Amino acid sequence: MSIHATKELQAYWKENLVIIIGHLAVWFFVSFFCGIMVVDQLDAYMIGGFPVGFWFANQGSLVTFVILIWTYVYMMNNLDKKYDVHEG
Amino acid sequence: MTILQWTWILTGLSFALYIYIAYATRAKSTGDFYAAEQSVPPILNGMATGADWMSAASFISMAGLISFMGRDGSFYLMGWTGGYVLLAMLFGPYLRKYGKFTIPQFMGDRYYSNSVRVLSLCCAIFVSFTYVAGQMRGVGVVFSRFMGVSINVGVIIGMALVFFYATLGGMKGITYTQVAQYCVLIVAYLVPAIFISMQFTGNPIPQLGMGSRVSAEGAARLNDATAQGKYMLDVLNNIQKDLGLAAYTAGVRPRIDVFFITMSLMIGTAGLPHILIRFFTVPKMRDARSSAGYALFFIALLYTTAPAISVFARTNFVKSINNVKYEDAPSWFKNWEKTGLVKFVDKNGDGVMKIAKGKWDDPKSANEVKIDQDIMVLANPEIAKLPNWVVGLIGAGGLAAALSTAAGLLLVISAAISHDLMKGIVKPDMSESEELWWARGAAGVAVVIAGLFGIYPPGFVAQVVAFAFGLAAASFFPCILMGIFNKKANKEGALAGMFVGIVFVAAYISYFKFVNPAFNNKDHWWFGISPEGIGTVGAALNFIVMYVVGKFTPEPPQEIQDLVGSLRYPGKLVVPPSAGH
Repeated sequence: MSIHATKELQAYWKENLVIIIGHLAVWFFVSFFCGIMVVDQLDAYMIGGFPVGFWFANQGSLVTFVILIWTYVYMMNNLDKKYDVHEG
Repeated sequence: MTILQWTWILTGLSFALYIYIAYATRAKSTGDFYAAEQSVPPILNGMATGADWMSAASFISMAGLISFMGRDGSFYLMGWTGGYVLLAMLFGPYLRKYGKFTIPQFMGDRYYSNSVRVLSLCCAIFVSFTYVAGQMRGVGVVFSRFMGVSINVGVIIGMALVFFYATLGGMKGITYTQVAQYCVLIVAYLVPAIFISMQFTGNPIPQLGMGSRVSAEGAARLNDATAQGKYMLDVLNNIQKDLGLAAYTAGVRPRIDVFFITMSLMIGTAGLPHILIRFFTVPKMRDARSSAGYALFFIALLYTTAPAISVFARTNFVKSINNVKYEDAPSWFKNWEKTGLVKFVDKNGDGVMKIAKGKWDDPKSANEVKIDQDIMVLANPEIAKLPNWVVGLIGAGGLAAALSTAAGLLLVISAAISHDLMKGIVKPDMSESEELWWARGAAGVAVVIAGLFGIYPPGFVAQVVAFAFGLAAASFFPCILMGIFNKKANKEGALAGMFVGIVFVAAYISYFKFVNPAFNNKDHWWFGISPEGIGTVGAALNFIVMYVVGKFTPEPPQEIQDLVGSLRYPGKLVVPPSAGH
């Protein structure tokens, strides 16, 4: 066994994977699902002057992407502290 | 002052700034040259990544392309931003932990194989040259349209500038120049959009303006009193309907194709070497995550503005040209006619310009006006009658976008030659200063080749851009992902997977683009997937082959598995010596 395989670090990696999968699910939902797969159905509804599907495809998914990266940064910085692997 | 004077002043000032920055941040070591000594603050790296990413095509062509495609054009918007989510979570932090200088080096080390290294460096060079050809052409085009010099002189001026700061500064010089270039290009892009959004809707935020109601001033500008109080998008949809075209907010492309193109662009983005190497330049793993966040924020500023420009510019263009007598055409139309970007062919001889479905040069179509997609960004400020200094900004912005991307790509090419080929394989014992000379020499030669591509553009450039993304998606993306997330991914699997992915994508694209272009339509595509979207399938094949071959061949050596383990955690967990198990 290498020194990396300690229980602590394995748990850190597992938590990281769970966070990644959660974020990628949202990533897929806003772009591929709302912006492509059900875009016509969503276009029947309006937010202001935007058909909803059109908005997701043009802007909504982009805005969500930015938010997603920052929540990932925030959660990972906390995780680094929790497992005491944060860098100086 | 005239538009020409403003363009010269703003471009001259921006060039002086780039030269000053390049000189002040010149590289002194190979660490400087390849990775800016890993000392770039994340927010600046974010800006540099933004400038690296947003090319001449993003700046000049994208909004226009979308204005013709309506909702279908959204695959550019989602595809060219969604990859950063993947970069932030799947690649960036771990590549930073690895900490070396190039993607071929990572591939070669991770898969303990010089064959993988050579295959990767060939891919990196091919992808980067494909991409850089368009940038140098873009530089020439902007020069010729805004400053009245020939395209060739423009390319040579651009070459000289890039030559100076790429060979002198390496990654360090390029990074800080790109920060300045980001500022120039984003101002140049946003200012006209804000003005136009104000004019039409009274809302200074173009992203919201495109979904707002047309103001009284907007209706007056459109010469259409009934438009007042209607939503901007409804006004455009009605215009499209009157022209006999599909509604702007509706899509006509099959959704499966949009799906695959979007995915291909996203994973292609995450596999482009000139973007990946930006993560080597920050001090820490957590900085790699946040710099992806900054990068996407800075990129999204432009990418969410682009659809607004599409909507406003298209509405404005059609309203000021359609059914107008040619002799009464606005002055901008006559000015831009000289560049060939717009053209009026009086098919029915009535002297009135008519926009309709179909191509302007197709005698069967009633359409009499040629509209090049680039006009939507380049002439947009003139069409909207904005002040001359705003028009002058566009030239400086377009140049910033093209030059910054070109520099990032040239660095990949130079590092592939000096670091991966010469130092890594041909002559491992060469000194640092010798390697630095190779790096500078290779950058210099690459600039000249890129310039020649700009002066003598091969006819196939537009076609091979699909290649660049497809190839990055089918080769680098799966191998880097498995290299980090699967300790057992081995050399044999990676080689076989890359080979299958590359050959498949190259064959599919070559067939439809070169061998049999007449078949390039949805009736002949496999499952309705266009060549632009085939990278997704190539990547899937790569994953499958890598997995299956890996099952039947030996596992990677223990020290490689330890190396992969060490990439996953921040801090000082270095790879233990194999003897220390």
